[in-house]
Amino acid sequence: MGLDRREFLKVAGLAGLLGLGGKAAIDMFAPGELEASMETIPLTEGKRWAMVIDVHKIDETIIKKCVEACHREHNVPDLASKKEEIKWIWKEDYEHSFPERHHEYVGEDVEHGSFLLLCNHCSNPPCCRVCPTKATWQREDGIVMMDQHRCIGCRFCMAACPFGARSFNWGDPRRVLEDEKLKELNPGYPTNQDYPTRSKGVVEKCTFCAERLAKGQLPACVEAANTVKKDALVFGDLDEPDSNVRAVLRNHYTIRRKPELGTNPNVFYIV
Amino acid sequence: MYDGGKIITGLIIGIGLLMAPFFYNAGKAAKAPEPELTAKAKEAKQCVMEKAYMTSSHFSLLDDWRNTVVRDGERYYTAKSGKVFYKSLQMTCLDCHSNKSKFCDQCHDYVGVDPYCWDCHIEPKEKK
Amino acid sequence: MLETALKGRQGYWGLLIFLLALMGVGFVSYLYQFSEGLRITGMSRDVSWGFYIGQLTYFVGIAAGGVMVVLPCYLHDYKAFGRITILGEFLAVASVVMCGLFVIVDLGNLPRMLNIMIYPNPTSILFWDMIVLNVYMLLNIIIGWNVLSAERKGVHYQKWVKVLIYISIPWAFSIHTVTAFLYAGIPGRHYWLTAIMAARFLSSAFASGPALLILLCLIVRKVSNFDPGKEQIRTLGGIVAYAFILNMFFLLLELFTAFYSQIPGHMHSFDYLFGLEGHGSVLAPWMWASIGFAVVALVLLIVPATRRREDTLAVGCAAVIASTWIDKGFGLVIGGFIPNPFGRVFEYWPTTPEVLISVGVWATGFFILTVLYKIVISVKEEVGA
Ligand code: SF4
Ligand code: SF4
Ligand code: SF4
Repeated sequence: MGLDRREFLKVAGLAGLLGLGGKAAIDMFAPGELEASMETIPLTEGKRWAMVIDVHKIDETIIKKCVEACHREHNVPDLASKKEEIKWIWKEDYEHSFPERHHEYVGEDVEHGSFLLLCNHCSNPPCCRVCPTKATWQREDGIVMMDQHRCIGCRFCMAACPFGARSFNWGDPRRVLEDEKLKELNPGYPTNQDYPTRSKGVVEKCTFCAERLAKGQLPACVEAANTVKKDALVFGDLDEPDSNVRAVLRNHYTIRRKPELGTNPNVFYIV
Repeated sequence: MYDGGKIITGLIIGIGLLMAPFFYNAGKAAKAPEPELTAKAKEAKQCVMEKAYMTSSHFSLLDDWRNTVVRDGERYYTAKSGKVFYKSLQMTCLDCHSNKSKFCDQCHDYVGVDPYCWDCHIEPKEKK
Repeated sequence: MLETALKGRQGYWGLLIFLLALMGVGFVSYLYQFSEGLRITGMSRDVSWGFYIGQLTYFVGIAAGGVMVVLPCYLHDYKAFGRITILGEFLAVASVVMCGLFVIVDLGNLPRMLNIMIYPNPTSILFWDMIVLNVYMLLNIIIGWNVLSAERKGVHYQKWVKVLIYISIPWAFSIHTVTAFLYAGIPGRHYWLTAIMAARFLSSAFASGPALLILLCLIVRKVSNFDPGKEQIRTLGGIVAYAFILNMFFLLLELFTAFYSQIPGHMHSFDYLFGLEGHGSVLAPWMWASIGFAVVALVLLIVPATRRREDTLAVGCAAVIASTWIDKGFGLVIGGFIPNPFGRVFEYWPTTPEVLISVGVWATGFFILTVLYKIVISVKEEVGA
């Protein structure tokens, strides 16, 4: 599986996989050549990124790997506080992932099954509707992005998101570097030197790894899951009829969280 | 207004107090520090724009970069020379200018600005 | 006219100094919050709005409530209110200032506040709320000031002021409607997702605004030679009674829909707020107190004898204020966040710094109110009204 994308991305992605940064990947092109190839990179092509999570294939190990991969990649600290918790992707049980579907006679495997929750990158996102500054908005490829330079920290988007996908920086996340207890919990923070941290007073959430997609890499969580089990997490373009995600959706029964609210989530679960 | 005069006097005193720091600093101008270049930066010879522009307006460029990268997904910048740069403060600018304290901070301190870039973007580790 | 605010008796200055001290306490607490971040409040990932936004909502109501003296005066030509419209308008000004400050202290990133203007998003209700509130404040300052200046000079105010007055009436309705839309249009927060949210807001505003105005009128009469008038207070009492009955009726409508339909999402927040869930709720005693105050208020306001006596009316008004303050300034916002999107209960309680900052904001509002009312009183005494 993977991204069915253009030649450029394959090359750049390969460079990325080899551990070269984006800049190094670019140096492989002569000036001008890159410019031309960049034009074909679809940000303006009306794509719709989506993720399918196969609940039968994921287990505690994979979930742990995914969460770790994401949070390490994006410098998301563990603040050891339920109140100030910051998370982009996390484990949740069936009852609380799908509160409206739960009933007392649900089978053991589902009842005790674990789900991976993250931002749904809704096609009709209420978070973007309410944001007074467009600090959170929907890109043309469907990704619901955050602009931490612009966010004023009003937290309207957190009230508006029905999936609890957003976290707020109640304090400065970099206090992790000073506080002894937190330091221990977050060895090596900031874990990714090529990605920023956040400052106090802004909202953050999963970005579908926009920065990795731009380099032709899969989202960190998808990549991490697939090193353990193939196709546990599938990521692709819903807009393309024969994409990987479309194939998976054709062949399996999938559910989404709270579809009745009309936000049109783009994260699907095979149950 | 009966007390118009008094109010205006009050306003003038108030504004005067607000301006005090400026007057206080006037005439005390020290020589502007010159940003120091690393070997890598020297070797490159040419930054993404001419030196004069970078000195006076690098923040406009950075502002444009952050907006186009984050908001429009345009992650590459073609310089006049045709050279293409990955638009990243952390990964590109400070890759060359890894001496942040001498290259950035000195001047920023001198002109009394405190950009919040570093609240999020990670500073390069400098060899002391 | 401003100079009249600079001449006052000892009590006036004492009050101002007291309020200034509270503002100081609030400001210092805010500096602490500004440097530490909002983590010093009780808000959390699950309850991401709290006391500040609740107070904002409540004071938008007080501001809108001022229209209940303006509307009868200008649309129904009820002349008696002409004497006190200025009190309603200046109460609105002070309230909107408090609203603005409550938004400001709630922002995570104050220095970037202007982004709302630089990058406006017309689909955001917060953007519109900011506009309608600011315009409403301006309208009331301009109208109040001009009408009062004219009164002082013994002339009739100019024609264009009348135009603004007519605009200000529907505008008062708009500020509270738009504020209700902050909540009523959000999918997945069942407690808020109700079509009568704006109606509930307006009814509680038209009860609590005039109720506060009655208390203020009684105070003004006590401390000055200006008497807002017996008839005026009595009429206001009637308005409070009607609006408050309507407010409680709307609450019953909500309860019926939630509990007759038995839809869990609609019942949960009520269950939590009133502690019906089995496990206790820190808010339950308050919500029940709100109901208790409401019952007291209803009795005192409905029985004609107690409504017409000024001392019992005052108690009734205080009960209205207490009841709506708890319901709207507290329960409404928090009830929307509990249970959270996963169906879990994560509770909220404001911290001391959070309350001190709020005290600072109230003190600022009452400081402005005191100065404005002082001007009104001086002018009224001067012209011997
Ligand atoms: S899951 Fe929440 S944050 Fe993500 S797009 Fe949907 S509404 Fe917005
Ligand atoms: S907190 Fe930031 S992203 Fe969320 S609505 Fe406010 S400005 Fe927009
Ligand atoms: S897609 Fe990227 S940002 Fe989102 S949860 Fe996965 S790793 Fe994290």
